[in-house]
Amino acid sequence: MIPTVPQPAFAKWCYRAYVTAFFIYLALPLSVVCVFAFNNSVFPSPPWEGFTLAWFFGTEAPYIGVFHERSILRAIGTSTFVALWVSALAVAVGTCNAFLFVRHTFRGKALLYMLMLLPLIIPGVILGISILVFSSAIANTLEDATGLWFDGLRPGLILVILGQFSFITTFATLVISARLQKFDPSLEEAALNLGASQWGAIRQITLPFLMPAIVASAIVSILMSFENFNTTLMLVGSDSPLTITMFDKLKQGSTPVLNAVSLLLIVISAILGLASLFFPNARK
Amino acid sequence: MGSDTSRLGFYLLLAPILLWLIVLIILPHIGLFIVSISEKVGPREFETGFGNYATFFGEPLYWRTFARTAIMSILATALTLILGFPIAYYIAKLTRGRTKTTLFLMCMIPFWVSELVRTFGWMILLRETGVISTALQNLGLISGPVELLYNDAAIMVGLVYTSILFMVVPLVTTLDSLDNSLIEAGYDLGGTSTSIMREIVIPHAMPGIVSGGIVVFMLSLGNYLTPILLGGKDSLWFTGMIYTQFITRFNWELGSALGFLLLALSSGIVFLGLKLSRQSLSDTMGRA
Repeated sequence: MIPTVPQPAFAKWCYRAYVTAFFIYLALPLSVVCVFAFNNSVFPSPPWEGFTLAWFFGTEAPYIGVFHERSILRAIGTSTFVALWVSALAVAVGTCNAFLFVRHTFRGKALLYMLMLLPLIIPGVILGISILVFSSAIANTLEDATGLWFDGLRPGLILVILGQFSFITTFATLVISARLQKFDPSLEEAALNLGASQWGAIRQITLPFLMPAIVASAIVSILMSFENFNTTLMLVGSDSPLTITMFDKLKQGSTPVLNAVSLLLIVISAILGLASLFFPNARK
Repeated sequence: MGSDTSRLGFYLLLAPILLWLIVLIILPHIGLFIVSISEKVGPREFETGFGNYATFFGEPLYWRTFARTAIMSILATALTLILGFPIAYYIAKLTRGRTKTTLFLMCMIPFWVSELVRTFGWMILLRETGVISTALQNLGLISGPVELLYNDAAIMVGLVYTSILFMVVPLVTTLDSLDNSLIEAGYDLGGTSTSIMREIVIPHAMPGIVSGGIVVFMLSLGNYLTPILLGGKDSLWFTGMIYTQFITRFNWELGSALGFLLLALSSGIVFLGLKLSRQSLSDTMGRA
């Protein structure tokens, strides 16, 4: 079944029909989510009651739109805060790791590399509970010893950031290492010959070369952090990020305001996702 | 590069990764294991023992849920492979240039969107007042509303939807690297479509099948949202049980033991998959 080998027309058409059906299957859930964001009804389900923008801009109950729904706006703020921290930490540590693995040879490198990949194969729920158990144990010990409170080690935003950081860093490391491997070290040597300091050469030659990968991994980290559910669920305190807030609302029974948030999320993630793919190729 | 500054640089680079892996990965998992082997004998009093694991094996609800989660995950993995392989083959071998990029992107876009949104979409489609039920009534195929949500089939549809990309991407990559002339040679030597599939294409795609399979299995096993939202209250998924022990019952000792068992199953399957296909973790994960 390759283009140069003729196939019966019927088989070809069946194959194409299957591929089409598959793409409809992929698009269907997201499409209905988007369509019902505009339905003039309090339930995100048929029948179609007419077009409205109330679920975005509405101010009167029950038609309170996304932009006026406090709990959702606060959750978006929380998610953004968490995502920016996770992304900054993951990219910083990921860049260090890339230099370590690409530029240095040392005993135990293969073992360390394998440990670095480990977070990929640990289920998110387990990552969450292990950090929860460990930080609570530390908090208990410290509180017993000092008599002070250590709220930062109890479920809350700090633990959410650490939990997400613990596996997103692996992705940042992989993306940045891949780019650093393509770097020609003679460029850096030339800078050193021309009188640059070691750090000056890295800052002016190597980091600009890495920049596309750094930006791409920052975007991917923000996306992964914004969407993370499993790890966050176990570590969340009183300030809940967007996915947790939406999950709670969904369990209570949903109004189309959730569709409106989802539509915004779909648009933003598609833009960020495409950006993360195209940015590395923009200036090679 | 033996100078003092480069040694210092080396240690400065080593510090963050060690801090990350030791504090956030290794110590927490050791801690989890220690909690899982401590039994509560009184308020704030614990004894070391395997009582929590004994509870798991003694209570049919726990190990049946465990087995059910594992079997459903294996089924989901098999389904993604069967459904995803023709798509990957189509993208890799029957399209080129712009069409190929577009189809590939169309596969990826749903997966940049939060799993919660995707699951919500399936809820709107499948529920009693949902799109599919209404459409079937309007077509006159059924007389009353039909509940398609809250059963195992709904969970399966959701699991396959959530993880199929992780099967398609590695398959496209491996199939792309298969030279078309090998397939032509197969036809020249008198092979049929089936025998070429079996003897040329599938053996070549094996690394992709294994890495896709491992990732899909892990994602299904560790999934929480899809089984809970699409399967309803009685969906019985193992991650849901861990959540109940930790958050609702506040029995962290048993919860840790259950978590450790899930981790053991997940790592065991990854290890087995890598051994059977003679691949290393680095190769497999680099591809996915």
